Amino acid sequence: MSSLSLAVRDSSTMLRRNLLHARRYPSLTLNLLLTPVMLLLLFVYVFGDTMSAGIGGGAADRSEYLAYIVPGILLLTIGGTTIGSAVSVATDMTEGIIARFRTMAIHRGSVLIGHVVGSVLQCVMSVVLVGAVAVAIGFRSTDATVLEWILAVGLLTLVSLALTWIAVGMGLSSPNAEAASNSAMPLMVLPLLSSAFVPVDAMPGWFRPIAEYQPFTPAIETLRGLLLGTEIGHNGWLAVAWCVGLAVLGYVWSRSLFDRDPK
Amino acid sequence: MPSSVMPMSKLGDGRQSPTALAATGLRKSYGDKTVLDGIDLNIPAGSVFALLGPNGAGKTTAVKILSTLITADGGRAEVAGHDLAADAQAVRAAIGVTGQFSAVDGLITGEENMLLMADLHHLSKREGRRVAAELLERFDLTEAAKKPAATYSGGMRRRLDIAMTLVGSPRIIFLDEPTTGLDPRSRHSMWGIIRELVTGGVTVFLTTQYLEEADELADRIAVLHDGRIAAEGSAEELKRIVPGGHVRLRFTDPAAYRSAASALHGATRDDDALALQLPSDGSQRALRSVLDRLDSAGIEADELTVHTPDLDDVFFALTGGTDIPHQPNQPEETVR
Repeated sequence: MSSLSLAVRDSSTMLRRNLLHARRYPSLTLNLLLTPVMLLLLFVYVFGDTMSAGIGGGAADRSEYLAYIVPGILLLTIGGTTIGSAVSVATDMTEGIIARFRTMAIHRGSVLIGHVVGSVLQCVMSVVLVGAVAVAIGFRSTDATVLEWILAVGLLTLVSLALTWIAVGMGLSSPNAEAASNSAMPLMVLPLLSSAFVPVDAMPGWFRPIAEYQPFTPAIETLRGLLLGTEIGHNGWLAVAWCVGLAVLGYVWSRSLFDRDPK
Repeated sequence: MPSSVMPMSKLGDGRQSPTALAATGLRKSYGDKTVLDGIDLNIPAGSVFALLGPNGAGKTTAVKILSTLITADGGRAEVAGHDLAADAQAVRAAIGVTGQFSAVDGLITGEENMLLMADLHHLSKREGRRVAAELLERFDLTEAAKKPAATYSGGMRRRLDIAMTLVGSPRIIFLDEPTTGLDPRSRHSMWGIIRELVTGGVTVFLTTQYLEEADELADRIAVLHDGRIAAEGSAEELKRIVPGGHVRLRFTDPAAYRSAASALHGATRDDDALALQLPSDGSQRALRSVLDRLDSAGIEADELTVHTPDLDDVFFALTGGTDIPHQPNQPEETVR
């Protein structure tokens, strides 16, 4: 068997194992969905009137604010789901079965690739679920073309892939599930500090660079542009560059952590 | 005696057999703690080899190195004819490992664990199902096959663990403390399983803390102490080093104790405990002679215990007890 087909075969076996875990124990994934849904409802129905007054020069209403925050909520959903990936990788590494995998003549990276592909699929599923909630409470994409929809899905998948590799590295470097969940916290916090809920221009001057120069803001702005027709500008390339950079970094980091001698 | 030509090693009965595992000068240290300080091994194919030692002697480290889980700092080894450092993947294809901590996936069922192994060994779906069902049956797990492995008892988990190891029909099987933590019944069923493996021509490398277990199962035993092989040989050879066997008689009546002490020559007296200790190999004949002497003197002991050599004795014999930390001087402790 060639090394590529070995890699594909073993990785898909590992993927099946991870999907089996996720299907049989869905509580972790579902719990992580609660946060974005809760934030969505909170910001729209509780803070919505006040928040909408802050965008569009005070003339906007609640439905415009809903449209404004959905792209951010979707990316926050991805961030939250990848915390789950970090936790499940860390938990998995404490299991004896990983030691067994290491002593078997299988593709070395398949354990991690199985986790990553499984996590990306979970991210996409979570985005679909949260997106459905958003649509149910009135979110509509204005005049997005088919191409823009495809690009939006592609962007969400790319972000999922990038954040998952980082999360896998965090999971591998953590001694247990609690530590993994703590170290992966920025994946959920960073979207809160981005242009997800309020425009960067509306933030205090000292804070703007933080919101501006982090990976979530360009991704959110790009998604907003694709779905709602706002200005994308250089954010598209920035988002892709961030994703590719993070994915490569996360991959190299994870592989080197995994290839170390286990304790 | 000059050692035999390399890829062959000598079996107990003088036959020559291909070597399953050969290691020279394996070393491993963590920081400045040396765990393995140059160990040499030579295990003939189709035999059971036991690495015997207390906790922390380096047994698990040796298994981890030989099963490609970690790399040695020094030395070299060939497993199933493949160099450990140069061709780890070929070694992996020939071995099966059941570690000290159960290597089953607790979140999925026993059957799913087996099918996972079948997939990773690239068996066809049909073949995988057949092998899984067969091994589950053989290890008495068919009934529990559809339950999550996390709900299994210790003995069942261990059996599932070994069943998973056997999916790829490995030629060399590493068993790291296969019976630690098992109840006596499960331990005996595990011994039966291990004996059965060997009849199939598999080489078994097992580690244990129990001399009894090594005695039961192994053709050759190596005693690991302080990261070195302190002694190696068959169970009989090792026991010969150990002088520790004795019979202990305890009395409650001081008069009976005194007359017993005079009736049994060569007994070591423990006047405080009213106990006598006689060197003995624990055989039926030796015991009968002690009992006969007591009977003819009309003495009845309140308690009789037979002490056979155990790992402690082997260790005292092999290390001269130098590894036992000195007891702190009690009075000094209290004064301070």
